[in-house]
Amino acid sequence: MDSVTKRYPDGTVAVDRLSLEIPDRSITVLVGPSGCGKTTTLRMINRMVEPTEGTILLDGADLQQQPVTTLRRSMGYVIQNAGLFQHRTILDNIATVPRMTGWGKHKSRARAAELMERVGLDASLGKRYPYQLSGGQQQRVGVARALAADPPVLLMDEPFSAVDPVVRKGLQDELLRIQDELGKTIVFVTHDIDEAIKLGTMVAVMRTGGRLAQFAPPAELLSDPADAFVEDFLGADRGIRRLSFFPSAALELTRGPVVRADATAEQLAAADGAAHLLVTDADDRPLGWAEPGDLGAGRPADRRLLPYGRPFVPGTDSLRAALDCAVLSPTGWAVAVDSDGRVTGVVSQQTIGEAIRTAHGTAAGTGGSAPAEDAADVTKVAP
Amino acid sequence: MNGFFDIPSDLDNTYAGLIGLHLREALLPVLAGLLAALPLAQLCVRFRWLYPPVLGVTTVFYAIPSLAVFVVLIDYTGQTELTVMIPLAVYSLVVLVPAIVDGVRSVPEETLAASTAMGFGPVRRYLQVQLPIAVPAILAGLRVAVASSISLVSVGALIGNQGALGNLLADAQKYGRPELAVNSVLTTAVLAVLCDAVLVLVRNLLTPWMPRGRRPRAEEAAARPEPQEAGVR
Repeated sequence: MDSVTKRYPDGTVAVDRLSLEIPDRSITVLVGPSGCGKTTTLRMINRMVEPTEGTILLDGADLQQQPVTTLRRSMGYVIQNAGLFQHRTILDNIATVPRMTGWGKHKSRARAAELMERVGLDASLGKRYPYQLSGGQQQRVGVARALAADPPVLLMDEPFSAVDPVVRKGLQDELLRIQDELGKTIVFVTHDIDEAIKLGTMVAVMRTGGRLAQFAPPAELLSDPADAFVEDFLGADRGIRRLSFFPSAALELTRGPVVRADATAEQLAAADGAAHLLVTDADDRPLGWAEPGDLGAGRPADRRLLPYGRPFVPGTDSLRAALDCAVLSPTGWAVAVDSDGRVTGVVSQQTIGEAIRTAHGTAAGTGGSAPAEDAADVTKVAP
Repeated sequence: MNGFFDIPSDLDNTYAGLIGLHLREALLPVLAGLLAALPLAQLCVRFRWLYPPVLGVTTVFYAIPSLAVFVVLIDYTGQTELTVMIPLAVYSLVVLVPAIVDGVRSVPEETLAASTAMGFGPVRRYLQVQLPIAVPAILAGLRVAVASSISLVSVGALIGNQGALGNLLADAQKYGRPELAVNSVLTTAVLAVLCDAVLVLVRNLLTPWMPRGRRPRAEEAAARPEPQEAGVR
């Protein structure tokens, strides 16, 4: 997008000299408060709104040069409340664009059935009508319908805003999974900054009046907000949220205070000195924390154990998850487990704190334009 | 019950014949009204400013007594069925135009945006999205228009026995046979109820996508003007 402006006849400027380079095969999120022109921007991409000034290029070709219906059929569009055709069955809804572009009835239906599976809908829903589905299911149909003709571009306009938080999280995870499989170029509009940070490879923060405030990967947004507006929009706990982008793999784990339930006196003695011991079963699965004095005599498993909170998986979980585990644990130690749930070690709040400082040091210390690249290189890990 | 179905010979028709004639005189105008109302309503949806004047004009037409229209029309179309059917067609517009406009406007904004975004042109969008979704409202309008039309046909008795079952009312007076009047009123009412039932059936067949057991919004909005009693005009 090059210096795109949308001015309405009454003089309102919805979008003001917006320039964006939307990367291929990744999710770009447009986020901002109501009236910041994010939906208008999205609709200029499929020409439901025509820009007053500026040009929009798709793979180097001006959008204005293409017939509008062809253009739209090459872009999937997902909208709030799904906007399904209430008079058509779920299968027919999904098959809409393939049918229009001249696929046969049979082929379109087959494609629709395949997509229902892809978005996690049971095949038995295919013959139903939209009113028979829940909001979350309708939204899945909306996504399937947008993907039906396998368009390279997917435009999503606050698609998950009208569903409850639990369903929304499910839909977001599903979108990320589908994106991993399909690698579409997705432009996603939302007013929810958490959603933007969770989904976006790049995030464009827009401010009222249709101006771009910042265009950056989410980690950079959290570490270096461009101005007070972006900082304010990100909210108070951006420091904590930023930890989501640091992996926990490098944390130094210790097995010192870990004992088995059937530990011998020597093993207990070896762990002496720790304020608390983590007791595990014979399979190395965590049971709980015990004070050293309580062990020794009888079997530790017979003793009352303190809960160990929630364990984290180093490598998969982020530093944010590790810190969360340490904060939740009554002893201040986070329990690390492997993907099978076996204890691999424990780590203290202090050690996590040091890791956070180191991570910040690496992100900030390289200087110049490097922070942005660094932040972009950090693989995104689930919080 | 003596002579209840004994149709006077001046009507030149059997009981069944009168029923057929009555249905033709009542339903053809509604069909014509529907064909005129569809494009008219679409214009009203497209150009919002057009709707209030169109609504005003159809209401004024509805307020003109059919007798007055007959007087004007007789010079052109004579004492024929057509003279009866023309005002009936015009009357049906007052119900059908708002019913279609409300129905088409009841299509949710997201649905329209989604269809545009999927590359529907205006014509395809109207035929494949707006019109099908407006079907319940249109059928609701048709039910009112048909019931009203069936009762209004009787007025045709005033212009030389063109009122089908309504002619029985005139004959009841002429020959002093009140049972003919009872026959006319009952048969007309039964016809109206049967036609209504057929329309409900048609609606149910056309709209398997609607939640059952609940009246849709648009249907209630369209059910405004009440059917008139026969002979009022």
